[in-house]
Amino acid sequence: MAQTSYKELSLNGLWKNNPAIVQLLGLCPLLAVTGSVVNAIGLGLATTLVLVTSNTCVSIIRNIVSDAVRLPAFVMIIASAVTCIELLMQAFAYELYQILGIFLPLITTNCVILGRAESFACKNSLAPSVYDGLIMGVGFGAVLVLLGALRELAGTGALFADMDLLFGPAAADWKIVVFDDYQSFLLAILPPGAFLFTGLMIAVKNIIDGRIQARRDAVKAKPVKGAKRVRVTGTIS
Amino acid sequence: MSLMRITSPHTHGPARTSKVMQQVLLATLPGLLVLTHFFGFGTLVNVLWAAVLAIAFEALALTLRKRPLGFYLSDCSALVTAVLLGIALPPYSPWWLIAVGMASAILLAKHLYGGLGYNPFNPAMVGYVVLLISFPVQMTSWAPPRGAGELPGLLEALQACFVPASYDAVTMATPLDLLKQNNSLLVEDLWQANPQFGRWGGVGWEWANIAFLGGGLWLLYQRVFTWHAPVAMLATLTVMAALFYDGGSSASGGSPLFHLLSGATMFGAFFIVTDPVSSAVSVRGRLVYGALIGVLIYLIRVFGNYPDAVAFAVLIMNLAAPFIDQYTQPRTYGHTRHGGGS
Repeated sequence: MAQTSYKELSLNGLWKNNPAIVQLLGLCPLLAVTGSVVNAIGLGLATTLVLVTSNTCVSIIRNIVSDAVRLPAFVMIIASAVTCIELLMQAFAYELYQILGIFLPLITTNCVILGRAESFACKNSLAPSVYDGLIMGVGFGAVLVLLGALRELAGTGALFADMDLLFGPAAADWKIVVFDDYQSFLLAILPPGAFLFTGLMIAVKNIIDGRIQARRDAVKAKPVKGAKRVRVTGTIS
Repeated sequence: MSLMRITSPHTHGPARTSKVMQQVLLATLPGLLVLTHFFGFGTLVNVLWAAVLAIAFEALALTLRKRPLGFYLSDCSALVTAVLLGIALPPYSPWWLIAVGMASAILLAKHLYGGLGYNPFNPAMVGYVVLLISFPVQMTSWAPPRGAGELPGLLEALQACFVPASYDAVTMATPLDLLKQNNSLLVEDLWQANPQFGRWGGVGWEWANIAFLGGGLWLLYQRVFTWHAPVAMLATLTVMAALFYDGGSSASGGSPLFHLLSGATMFGAFFIVTDPVSSAVSVRGRLVYGALIGVLIYLIRVFGNYPDAVAFAVLIMNLAAPFIDQYTQPRTYGHTRHGGGS
């Protein structure tokens, strides 16, 4: 694992090994708080910050902590990071903190974070670990925001409502009403909508992957089917 | 020339999917006519618009899945889904409501799982529940029955469906809803106070239920399904209603006869519970399946928050059907009870 290129790390975090729609980790917050864009951005930011912090610390102590106690140590680090983020949110975005509720402290148990600490940060040096935490967080956050946008659009017919909860009063009028006179579609905002839209996103990703693979296969030379005579003196038609 | 070798049983019935589906369609007619008689043309418009959508969505899904159109469209299963959903929806529903319901039923509940025969849930009920959860206002109001209000004509029914903004809907609570919301009147007084109540159930509802019962009995006679699930469901619903019926106090859950002839009881028992794909398949399994649906219907009707319960009860038991089948598998000849060889 010594030579990990940053390009490969980015590709992994954002697409090929995306924590949310490929590894299917952290589904609980993914499904619970993506009812709107602002919630999704809030949780995505919090998760990314925790990931970067925990990966940094784990990478620093990776040679000091013995294997036997590494998991408790990782969880302690993650829990401390989550507590910091929680206090920060309480200070700067109190209303959003109240909306996210239990899902902020629950970041501690988010498998993405422990998974990255265990499978990446404790085996790699500082710089790649920090970068991996950042890009995994961004990949997770991107899925959250996309899902939040889809659900908010389908559920209420508008986008970016209540952005002032996170970005201050200046963002109060960011709301875009896409469909006027829209009959709100509650299912999209309720938990079943989260499952449906996550499933559809995974399906779309698989379609895109299939297309890419098909294109790659088309470029490759195809093996000729059937028996073929090799020793001939000319072309047999 | 090679001899065809076919294992027993050698007799076979003439039943084909399309024929069974056509019989089901035919059997819904009496109920549909009674609903139209008591509530106006709303249900009929629902059913027709849903049928058009069903064929369109089915064709779309089949095209996307690269399946032959003619073969799958002619089995009429999409039409049955459309008719069942159209009957279940409140009359004079707007076009988009029916469209969302049919899209959920055909695309989500049926084709995402692999098409007819692979769907674990009853498509019509999935469509209904999606709508009930998403649009509670539209879904929990019902048109007033004949005698309690003026019946809209065919033109008004079409207008309500396709130009909903220009139509002033007159709605009333259903008898089941009235009974649930009631907390001060004796059942007899409640009966006196509201024009929606009829002789045993609600005006119109009792006759619609009897008509669906008739259609169901004809299907039973035609051997489209067996008696086990519907009878078990009606039996447990009756028992539950009898247990909790306290002679008509204000907290009463309603008499057994009221529950048998209200809401979607008979429609559910003979047209929803008997769905061959999503129900349990063994004989004992069907008894358990139907009985638990009956219990759930009563519990959700009386103690739940929604006006009727057939859709929720059926979906919950759809989920449990494979589990029930696992434990009620009949013993095959030559095997012990636990499935091993003798």
